[in-house]
Amino acid sequence: MIGLAHYLTLAAILFTIGVFGIFTNRKNVIIILMSIELLLLAVNINLVAFSVYLGEIAGQIFAMFVLTVAAAEAAVGLAVLVVYFRNRGDIAVEDINLMKG
Amino acid sequence: MTESFAVNFAIAAPEVFLAVATMGLLVAGVIMGDKSARLITWLALATLAGYAALALAGLANGAGAAFSGALVADRFAVFAKVVIAIGAGLTLLLSDSFMQKEKLSRFEFPVLGLLAVLGMGMMVSAGDIIAVYMGIELQSLALYVMAAFNRDSLRSSEAGLKYFVLGALSSGLLLYGLSLIFGATGATDFDSIAAALAQEESLMFTIGLVFAISGLAFKVSAAPFHMWTPDVYEGAPTPVTAFLAAAPKFAAMALFARVLVGPFGEFIGDWQQVIVALAGISIGVGVFGALAQSNIKRLMAYSSIANMGYALMGLAAGTQNGVNGLLIYMTIYLLSVIGVFACILAMRRKDGMVEQIDDLAGLSQTNPGIAVALSMLMLSVAGLPPFAGFIAKLYVFMAALDAGLVLLAVFAALGTVVGAFYYLRIVKLIWFDEPAQGFVRPGRTVAYTAFGSAALAFPILVVFIFPLISQAGAAASALFS
Repeated sequence: MIGLAHYLTLAAILFTIGVFGIFTNRKNVIIILMSIELLLLAVNINLVAFSVYLGEIAGQIFAMFVLTVAAAEAAVGLAVLVVYFRNRGDIAVEDINLMKG
Repeated sequence: MTESFAVNFAIAAPEVFLAVATMGLLVAGVIMGDKSARLITWLALATLAGYAALALAGLANGAGAAFSGALVADRFAVFAKVVIAIGAGLTLLLSDSFMQKEKLSRFEFPVLGLLAVLGMGMMVSAGDIIAVYMGIELQSLALYVMAAFNRDSLRSSEAGLKYFVLGALSSGLLLYGLSLIFGATGATDFDSIAAALAQEESLMFTIGLVFAISGLAFKVSAAPFHMWTPDVYEGAPTPVTAFLAAAPKFAAMALFARVLVGPFGEFIGDWQQVIVALAGISIGVGVFGALAQSNIKRLMAYSSIANMGYALMGLAAGTQNGVNGLLIYMTIYLLSVIGVFACILAMRRKDGMVEQIDDLAGLSQTNPGIAVALSMLMLSVAGLPPFAGFIAKLYVFMAALDAGLVLLAVFAALGTVVGAFYYLRIVKLIWFDEPAQGFVRPGRTVAYTAFGSAALAFPILVVFIFPLISQAGAAASALFS
């Protein structure tokens, strides 16, 4: 029987993969965008699982908002990335180091 | 049903007005093209004035909550909205001449600024975790684009990209925390969350709270979540840096206070240690990081990290005095930092902007007006009496001591001493060093903003300080009623 704990564990694993994807990847900014998407979707699994388990519809409404924001976030992120690519000619993460930090 | 809908809209009137006016300006800008940038900027300022006026007018109806408690209009929210409108308005005003000279004058800039203000307004009056998230995202998405606004500059686009990646990560952390809080309490609005917590407090709630605090700490750039700040401050166009440094910081800090002392006020034991640690680390990282900087925008970034530490000290107290201190601190900081950035915008030579601290050498001989203003602002931000920054620090230190956070207060006081070094170094450069090549005469708005801000930093203007303190006190008490 698959219960709440299974969904929460799955969401936690996906979230951790997302965070590691942002920090350990040195190659490509697109992978960072995918990792960000993974973070938001992991949260959605959490929200929907809680919503069903608690019988509280607000969690699913929240998940809808998160989906909408995730789409807007991807659009803005890709737009900024395109601008960066036009200036730099490259999107390797290692090379984003014009300013120290 | 229809009547309650009208009541809801009356409470949300400032936000509704701002949203509709912003869309109107966007359409107007698209129709008229980039020539209209200046006109749109002035209309945006008028919109901000209208927004603040509507927020103040709502005060007459007393506190109220709209849309099932998602949007709260109380004294706290109104105070924050007025300060945000002032901060955003002044920085938009400063941006105008810079954008003209750098050929960045586009109508999208004021529109993005207004959208960010709309997000900030939603943040400070959020009464629901969904509203918290939507407000933060609306503000952040607009700010990512603003940071990358100089799209032909590699530095600006790199700043935008870094801000986006780390901002999105912080939103993810915040959201994960909010989802766990929802799971632990089965509610999204603050009142029901507080009621559910009063019955049962679970480990899941504590974990969620820590995640949510980490996400918010990113937004106020408190260490150890500060990595984005220096790079974004340095890379973004200077008016955008001014915008980022003023209103969004205030809004994020106000949201921090609303979330922590509102629904979670009873559980101060769960979050006080975290906030104390954030405040201490921020002060340490801020003052020591700033020592090594040669770029004035990076210096201001580290200075803002340290200042967020002092403001968080008020929040760590978790008392009404603490929130009062936080609001006073953030308001005075906001006004000072706008003045400092007006002075940075005045650092223009014939061949373009300069940003090195050494370029300020001997400013007292080449441009005495700006020199006096910048020196006063630096002394104020350093917290020396009798300047306004001292009064701000006094309030947060008192609140922390009253709450028994003696160790943190002592550490913060030591931090002030170290911090005074780099502020005084700038004052010394300005007054006692051989003059470098002089700056081009700054525009009128830049000069007036610098002088005005410096005047407010000097407590001769008690007419300003006392109403601020009493208003902040009323706003803080609204959170504890």
